[in-house]
Amino acid sequence: MSTATTHAEEVHAHAHDHEHEHHEPNFIQKYIFSEDHKTIAKQYLIMGILWAFVGGSLSIIFRLQLGFPEMQLEWLRPILGEWIDESGKLDKEFYLALVTMHGTIMVFFVLTAGLSGTFSNFLIPLQIGARDMASGFINMLSFWFFFLSSAVMFSSLFLETGPASGGWVIYPPLSALPQAMPGSGLGMTLWLTSMALFIVSSLMGGINYICTIINLRTRGMTFTKMPLTIWSFFFTAILGLLSFPVLLSAALLLIFDRSFGTSFYLSEIYIQGQALPNMGGSPILYQHLFWFLGHPEVYIVLLPALGMTSEIIATNARKPIFGYRAMIGSMMGITLLAFIVWAHHMFVTGMNPFLGSVFMFLTLIIAVPSAVKAFNYITTLWKGNLIFTPAMLFSIGLVSLFISGGVTGIILGNSALDINLHDTYFVVAHFHLVMGSASFFGLMAGVYHWFPKMFGRMMNKTLGYIHFWATFVGVYCVFFPMHYTGIAGFPRRYYSFTALGNGRMEAFTDLNAFISIAAILTFSAQAIFFFNFFYSIFKGKKASQNPWNSTTLEWTTPVEVGHGNWPGEIPAVYRWPYDYSKPGAESDFIPQNVPYSATPESNLPEENEEIANEKAIESLLAAQNESYNR
Amino acid sequence: MKKPEELLAANETRSVNPKVFTMWLFIVSIVMLFAAFTSAYLVRKAEGNWVEFELPNLFYYSTVVLLGSSASMHFAYLAAKKDQFNALRLSISITFVLGLIFLIMQFYGWIQLVDENVFFVGNPSGSFVYVLSGLHGLHLISGLIVLLVALVAAFRLKINAKALTQIKICTTYWHFLDALWVYLFLFLVFNN
Ligand code: HEM
Ligand SMILES: [Cu+2]
Repeated sequence: MSTATTHAEEVHAHAHDHEHEHHEPNFIQKYIFSEDHKTIAKQYLIMGILWAFVGGSLSIIFRLQLGFPEMQLEWLRPILGEWIDESGKLDKEFYLALVTMHGTIMVFFVLTAGLSGTFSNFLIPLQIGARDMASGFINMLSFWFFFLSSAVMFSSLFLETGPASGGWVIYPPLSALPQAMPGSGLGMTLWLTSMALFIVSSLMGGINYICTIINLRTRGMTFTKMPLTIWSFFFTAILGLLSFPVLLSAALLLIFDRSFGTSFYLSEIYIQGQALPNMGGSPILYQHLFWFLGHPEVYIVLLPALGMTSEIIATNARKPIFGYRAMIGSMMGITLLAFIVWAHHMFVTGMNPFLGSVFMFLTLIIAVPSAVKAFNYITTLWKGNLIFTPAMLFSIGLVSLFISGGVTGIILGNSALDINLHDTYFVVAHFHLVMGSASFFGLMAGVYHWFPKMFGRMMNKTLGYIHFWATFVGVYCVFFPMHYTGIAGFPRRYYSFTALGNGRMEAFTDLNAFISIAAILTFSAQAIFFFNFFYSIFKGKKASQNPWNSTTLEWTTPVEVGHGNWPGEIPAVYRWPYDYSKPGAESDFIPQNVPYSATPESNLPEENEEIANEKAIESLLAAQNESYNR
Repeated sequence: MKKPEELLAANETRSVNPKVFTMWLFIVSIVMLFAAFTSAYLVRKAEGNWVEFELPNLFYYSTVVLLGSSASMHFAYLAAKKDQFNALRLSISITFVLGLIFLIMQFYGWIQLVDENVFFVGNPSGSFVYVLSGLHGLHLISGLIVLLVALVAAFRLKINAKALTQIKICTTYWHFLDALWVYLFLFLVFNN
């Protein structure tokens, strides 16, 4: 920090001549079409939160149907209108629309855009020591494409024929034939339009993240000194860059099939006794293309949460992260493996059993890096001086959910078991724990932890604790019982179960009602967060500069971070980000920008050797400033 | 102790030009798009029920034209490096015209396909040819726009030996589009 303040004067000039002129941005440039990564991050976050409430409400509506099939829903008519039929029950087609939109919204709009969009944007420049993203303009475009995509998807909720209804995976032929179901008409067209815009947005964002991480690190910030958050955003962006274009091509072929009559996915089909002209298409082809994105996508959702919680856990356990390099290695392993396991979603498509066992083998290998991560979390927590902030609780919650959801992944990864469990509630339980809840907990942990940096104020702790416990107990009550219903054979995406298995399913009526009540309570508990979040933005306690005593660079910026992030020089980096409770050190954390020469009492022998490099690192300052004036 | 320059090179915290790098990442995403299409092609072909036909012979000639445009693009880059502004403008223009000719030839290639009774709507073997060449064409149009922007910059003397970033990006993209077509074309020739 000392280096940063000594040069404050002369640098002020520097910071300014890279902002084109001296004029202040007006309201629109500052809050709407902003190119500042921090504003864009907040825009993503607010959109993500709003979407989460929309997506959550949809799930409550279909949970009412599942838990209380006899219930009169007449009172929902003011909101849902004709989607409540004459007998006061939920329309059956609309039920399918609800699950589809719930999945789409949660996976893409909340846990991809809301999570990655928010924290990659916010933390990458702040933690690597950059003034902004490589291209502020592309970054702004990325948000506005997301906004457009959101608007299109949202408007599809109000169509008379309903939004897309073929599941979030929109398998053809259901999705390819407008006459197949009401939602496959205009609703599906809007879905595809919206997703195409979304893909463009993600690609622009991802390209920017990668480029920024590679090119704009501050002096001294070598790859092995980067916080794990940055590593996880980096791998996430790579996953997105390589897999989203594949979804785009899948969607394009689907669009051709729907609108131009080609037969990529459609083969001999009869609809109401009429043969369609399509010949020679393959619906399985779509599944291959979709899951080539779909599987990496689940890690696009999870990795940022893992990275952020590593950071939060190390900070609040006051201990260096256990196995820093092993964490990077396992994230790299997960990234690589993510591309070669997609067919585990397709074990029952009639695939060659030999091929099935190859994919089974590859899938089970993922358990290795996943377990490495889980153990590293636990060993970091082990004997730490745990400080239970709400962010820390949500991070520990993530570890728990990641383990209990990951274990069922190993069961599903066995093709012989999966043939029974595929498309049952067992799968729903698996991915809601490991992806849905775990990533959601990561998102929440991130919000609680970085809120002071985002808004200069603190969130209320007590409300945070209540929110955590309600959510933590809640998600387990909702998703754990689904394992049992799944094993009992309940298929997912079914409107009602009473006619199945000669009434055998009625034995589970109570359990289904229990799940629904738990879901309603858990969802209601999010209101606490909603209130806490928006109230604290305006009325929260003022934050100090480094409220969690953290080592990373974002906490060296002023409480109210301005344009360009550091008013003076960008600090240089001399050490890794996890010097917590270092033996011999005066305080229990040493920020990354403190040179080894300033801490002789705590240096290890090999660190003393690095003192020799400090002059060289500092002398890169001119080159670094130069690069902002290019 | 290392010299600063060495450290910069060793560190590489900011040695690549971000704009050029962004271009490369953009290219990666296009590669994945077409990799998906060509793998889809192979997967679908393996399932049988695959109608075979001759590729339009115009595609052979258009490939040559596109290769020619890459050559002139390369001359444009060399000219920019040596501050030969007239040669620069001329080479960019030639590249642009060759690009246009390529697109027109592709279009006539489609007409040849139609004459062969291979339509966009029909057996996927034919649809794929339209999709691959069509989407490549779309990307080529974006390449033409990049060329136009570069041409304007060349007239304003914004491209010179000291400001090569723009022409570098333009050249890279154009060579990539060329290579992409060569890949798609050979792919179609060998897998048809
Ligand atoms: C040990 C690691 C894991 C293994 C072996 C594994 C395996 C599987 C398998 C085999 C399925 C297919 C089940 C079926 O449809 O029949 C599946 C579904 C799923 N998994 Fe995992 N999984 C693992 C971890 C994860 C993680 C970390 C996430 C997310 C962050 C995740 C998200 C999902 C999702 C979203 C689905 C369901 C997709 C759908 O059909 O809608 N899984 N998993
Ligand atoms: Cu998967």
